[in-house]
Amino acid sequence: MNFAKFGKISYVAETKLQEFEKHLETGKVMGTRCKSCGQTYFPPRADCNCLKGDIEWIELSGKCKLMTFSTLYFAPASFRYEVPYTLGVAQFEEGPAVLAPFSKEIKENEIKVGMSLRLVPTELIGGRMIYELRKADS
Amino acid sequence: MRKNIGYIFVFSILLALKNQLNPIGGRLLTRKPIVSIVSAGLSKFGKRRGLFGRELFVEATSEAFEKCPNLDPRKDIKAAFIGMMSESLEHQGHTGPTVLDWAGLLPIQAFRTEGACGSSATAIRCGIFAIRSGLADIVLVGGVEKMTHRNTADVTEYLAMACDFPFEQWNGLTFPGLFAMVATAHMHKYSTTEEQMALVAVKNHHHGALNPKAHMQKEVPLEKAMSSRVIAWPLKLYDCSLITDGASCLVLSKPELARKFTDTPVHIIGSGQASDTIGLYERKEFTSLKAGRLAAQEAYKMAGVEASTIDVAEVHDCFTIAEILAYEDLGFCKPGEGGPFIEEGQSHIGGSVAVCTSGGLKAKGHPVGATGTAQAYEIYLQLTGQAGKRQVKGAEIGLTHNVGGLGATGVVNIYSRE
Ligand SMILES: [Zn+2]
Repeated sequence: MNFAKFGKISYVAETKLQEFEKHLETGKVMGTRCKSCGQTYFPPRADCNCLKGDIEWIELSGKCKLMTFSTLYFAPASFRYEVPYTLGVAQFEEGPAVLAPFSKEIKENEIKVGMSLRLVPTELIGGRMIYELRKADS
Repeated sequence: MRKNIGYIFVFSILLALKNQLNPIGGRLLTRKPIVSIVSAGLSKFGKRRGLFGRELFVEATSEAFEKCPNLDPRKDIKAAFIGMMSESLEHQGHTGPTVLDWAGLLPIQAFRTEGACGSSATAIRCGIFAIRSGLADIVLVGGVEKMTHRNTADVTEYLAMACDFPFEQWNGLTFPGLFAMVATAHMHKYSTTEEQMALVAVKNHHHGALNPKAHMQKEVPLEKAMSSRVIAWPLKLYDCSLITDGASCLVLSKPELARKFTDTPVHIIGSGQASDTIGLYERKEFTSLKAGRLAAQEAYKMAGVEASTIDVAEVHDCFTIAEILAYEDLGFCKPGEGGPFIEEGQSHIGGSVAVCTSGGLKAKGHPVGATGTAQAYEIYLQLTGQAGKRQVKGAEIGLTHNVGGLGATGVVNIYSRE
């Protein structure tokens, strides 16, 4: 079990955050929190910016609001067969924000800044684990 | 009366303490030279088929050295700082000694600086550090990137290495995509329009048409920009800068030595740099690039000038929305007023500040590692009256604003003619 399956593509599988991928596989959106200053991180970090605390894993609700988005019609070489696709940045109720792809269940003309969404762990064909933005009631 | 003298005494002490805190020279510098540009060179920008990156660099150094006959490059230059973003493009690392060798400059010590699209602005910063440290009186700073031999999808992938690998790149994120998300946020918060963004492209292509070294030297009408194909909504083809081959350099000296090499030195009088998160998702704000803003504050303070004093500026217009952000981050207008600022023609030659007279990254082109010193080259031309058809009459104070990636690196320099 390591970080090698996280993301549509990965370059380095070695990190202190290895259990993040395991949590996604069990359907959980897990971030980290600093035991010293209380800062919450998602995506997770193993070392807090305060340079002091140990971190602990915490489960996030996945409930978030869309802050901004774009639909891409031109992709890097590794993604050339996937266009067009829509990416957005959404802020969790718990504070931090995530950049993630939109699920195809949401049509482009339904996407509006400020809309409520939910970040959901998703397994791709071939076994890779990602998360994606879905409708709030999904 | 006695009381007043007391106040003046206390005030003088406070002022003296404040000046001690100033990072350079231990005193408050007001329009005082930090370092001087005694010569500058720029290769022709464009699709430069048939040339290695290092050969483009030789084009730039040849111009700089020819214009400065009193300089004996191998003897006088004590260090070189060369910006380059990606060794993937030419499959060549160890850039510093490589380009120096081909430019005939061995055995001068060489350093490569990397700050994504801000790589050579950080080279200028290193040159300033070297000269102000007293370890080198004369340095070469520059940058180079050879890009057009790769196809656009590959270049897009290499450039995307300047965004966050574990949590951004796997989405298929691109720099057009990132700046498109900045544009979406700016449109939502401030009602900025696609047409206002397109007007930045129209202006910079107009300037590019006046620059014989620009990659693209033709006008782009508003309708053409607006109707071009979508790259990453809301950004269209003409909102994006060009993938370009090019190189640029400056010869910097200690201000006291400048007159030995030229009668028309341009002085750097203020300089600032800051860093920000690499990931967009970790930013508190999407409608401003904080590192560029902080760099500007530092540079203005050091120079003792305000935004309203700037006559001519080269800003980081990698995408049209980025130039609109730059107007706001540099204080040319208030946050949110960048759209109206371009619409009113304030950033045109003849407006309140002439922005990107070279054509900018948009039309002159964006060979990423070369861009920072290429911006300084244009300001050098403007302040020495050599900018030809795009000359801003009477330009005295100039500014460059160069950011790396989505602004994780921000560098601002302020220039003055003698
Ligand atoms: Zn902490």
